Amino acid sequence: MSGLEDLYREIILDHYRSPRNRGELDSPPAVRVEGFNPLCGDEIVVYVDVDDATKGDAALVTDIRIGGQGCSISQSSASMMSAAVKGHSIGEIRDLTKSFKSMMSIHEEGLEADGETDAAEELDAAELELGDLEALRGVVKFPVRIKCATLGWNTLQQGLDEAISS
Amino acid sequence: MALEQPKLQNHPSDDFDVLQIKRDFPILARRVHDKPLVFLDSAASSQKPRAVLQAMDCYYETINANVHRAAYTLAEEATNAMEAARSKVAAFIGATDANEIVFTKNATEAINLIARSWGAANLAPGDAILLTHLEHHANIVPWQQLAAERQLEIRWIPLTQDCQLDLSNLDALLEGVKIVALTSMSNVVGTITPVRAIADAAHAVGALVAVDACQSVPHLPTDVGQLGADFLTFSGHKMLGPTGIGVLWARKELLEAMPPFLGGGGMIVDVRLDGFLAAEAPHKFEAGTPPIAEIIGLGAAIDYLNCLGMDAVRKHEIALTAFALRHLSDRFGDRISLYGPQDAELRGGVMSFAFDQIHPHDLSQVLDQHGVCIRPGHHCAKPLMRLLGVGATARASWYLYNNEADITSLGDALEDAGKFFTF
Repeated sequence: MSGLEDLYREIILDHYRSPRNRGELDSPPAVRVEGFNPLCGDEIVVYVDVDDATKGDAALVTDIRIGGQGCSISQSSASMMSAAVKGHSIGEIRDLTKSFKSMMSIHEEGLEADGETDAAEELDAAELELGDLEALRGVVKFPVRIKCATLGWNTLQQGLDEAISS
Repeated sequence: MALEQPKLQNHPSDDFDVLQIKRDFPILARRVHDKPLVFLDSAASSQKPRAVLQAMDCYYETINANVHRAAYTLAEEATNAMEAARSKVAAFIGATDANEIVFTKNATEAINLIARSWGAANLAPGDAILLTHLEHHANIVPWQQLAAERQLEIRWIPLTQDCQLDLSNLDALLEGVKIVALTSMSNVVGTITPVRAIADAAHAVGALVAVDACQSVPHLPTDVGQLGADFLTFSGHKMLGPTGIGVLWARKELLEAMPPFLGGGGMIVDVRLDGFLAAEAPHKFEAGTPPIAEIIGLGAAIDYLNCLGMDAVRKHEIALTAFALRHLSDRFGDRISLYGPQDAELRGGVMSFAFDQIHPHDLSQVLDQHGVCIRPGHHCAKPLMRLLGVGATARASWYLYNNEADITSLGDALEDAGKFFTF
């Protein structure tokens, strides 16, 4: 069962058993966003607080909580994400999300037509420190589970967009 | 008639030889992750016996031509083969007239056809539709779409603790109802519903009954007359047939009065600049070239099932379901929760369960490493999931080609998953 050990690394199971930042925040002031994985029925709720919404992408995430239910991959990915983003600016989190997704072999199409810019940005993103999140690299071998791993991230992105637009 | 039906091996019904049956299904010989395939996801889609694959090949190799309206031999033979399959389908569900069988692309389309054609012609603002908490999204969403457009009310038959329909308030629920749409067997928890009793009560207040029989037609003897149904829908691919073919059965007078669903070729007798004249049923509802090979494949699947006998299939599945309930609860005790009726006679061979607090998606991933195919998720029944208080379940479902060894393999794989995810 070597394939399984690639998927279920010990640190993933640890985050699944003891999820970080589990719970709720008062909303408002926090933004509350729900995400669904229609394939497996996972539901995730992300609560996110920023210091100053008027700062746009420079705003700092002061607190984050994760609710909902899901499989070990979606839950551990969201748990690691919550630990990784707290205290960081929205801009930094966008970069981190990009490098996480690129590890999941998801390359979102940029709006800019200039291919060189894209490549340069990707290189920057790849250099960002993923830390514990590296443990999720094995998910790529199980394509069905990529949606599980990215559920929390997509939900957070939506939350961040809402946080600075409100 | 050039279409030679592949020879079927005869399986005497008093000797249900699953090992022999397994040999009729080529895919069951394959290995997954170097383990023998243990296929326990037939509620989603069944495997196909060689006879079905051969019948479809035979069509393409010997008589392939578009059906109807051609005078050459191939077209006539293709038409005959397709219409012969229509007769087989009718006989299989106890319909008296093959023209009561409408071919659709799947059961979902068949239900949409009822909602869009019969529903649109017969339902007015304030009318009510009665569904149950067991329904598949395919038997919910088309009615919700119609209800939103027509200001209809949707009501729900609730469930008892063990996922049977709670009919204690049925008379009140039926007030003002024009159609009851219900499953005959839950695709999540296996509950067989008392269609006849509900149909009698519905008819007494002038309501019609549409039965989503996707899970029951493949597994139980079916007689539309005995069920008291007005409409019955099911799909080919869950009953040993190919994908891409579904069936709507409706009483002839209903079909005759219903307006066409999709428009196009094949569903008309005349088209002029100022309008068209619709064909008779069933052709009125079969616009465009039908899935001819799939219809012929479905006919071959019915031959195969008839060869075994649906009473024998049901008897086998009751025994296997009873074994599964006993084996899994004896082996795992409190570690496993088996949803739905605990009496095998009251349910089909589809079983949702929770195991060791392992998320169904993770469970199914580990089981796959053992070659065991089960399905995690909401099974297109989110209202039922909410009622059960879970986001997803693991679901194992068996069929005529499964035996006790397959259930034991499921148990072994669960054991291993339990070790892997020890908390």
